[in-house]
Amino acid sequence: MAATAERQSAPPGGPGNGAAYRAGRERPAGGLELWSWLFMRISGIILLFLAVGHVLIMHVFGGGVSRVDFKFVQLRWQSPFWRTWDWMMLSLALLHGVNGLRSVTMDYVTKPGWRFAVNMVFYVVTFVLFVLGTVIVFTFNPANFPQT
Amino acid sequence: MAKKKSDFGTLYKGHQGQWTWIAHRVTGVAIILFLFAHVVDTAVVGWGPQAYNRVLSVYQNWGVRLLELGLVAAVLFHAINGVRIMIIDFWPGATRYNRGLLYGTVGLFIASMIPITWIMGKDILTLAGVLN
Repeated sequence: MAATAERQSAPPGGPGNGAAYRAGRERPAGGLELWSWLFMRISGIILLFLAVGHVLIMHVFGGGVSRVDFKFVQLRWQSPFWRTWDWMMLSLALLHGVNGLRSVTMDYVTKPGWRFAVNMVFYVVTFVLFVLGTVIVFTFNPANFPQT
Repeated sequence: MAKKKSDFGTLYKGHQGQWTWIAHRVTGVAIILFLFAHVVDTAVVGWGPQAYNRVLSVYQNWGVRLLELGLVAAVLFHAINGVRIMIIDFWPGATRYNRGLLYGTVGLFIASMIPITWIMGKDILTLAGVLN
């Protein structure tokens, strides 16, 4: 069990693992880690639609990123639908991503001080970007730039 | 006792599941690092058309477009493999179809990347001056 605390998400089927085959991180027994494990899966299902849809719409079909410019975003964000989509994706992707980074630091950063420091950097960056993104998504006013 | 041949000198190739595990991790880290930058570049839209269009001009470069194709591939792989992880997690009987699920994941990923590479590849080659 000590090994589980050290390596949160040991590769499946690894030597001496002894556990039945797993594809992802072993399901934690309870507490906050179980919620984090569950959040990864629930947010993953939602992001399957939000993020994959976003990537296909903005980067692949309809001309891809070539047709994206200020005017495109101005028009797009006139719709509350896209603003909601983008804000939900921003929140879930940042949380899903930072939770993933936490798993990675748990695996590779073994010194407690360093682990705390590295995680803190990721948390602060995530929080700042969440605030920045939220402010822009909700306060951007297409009418402020009429002549474009 | 003589060492078995497998004890030394051979490359440990791992189980297929370990390769998808590594790929899931690498694509995940790549995506979140891109996302950190992407939130900032999108936020520039709040500073008006000149600033935002200047930022987007970064994409008028075939190398950046190649990275963009890599990003799409990373997101797709992470999504499809994520579904496989959840199938294994929530349906224990699925481990019996483990190999099929693995090949299905890789197959679906490659099958979806073929038309996407075709579509995005045209823009990449145009920007590189190969096509016009």
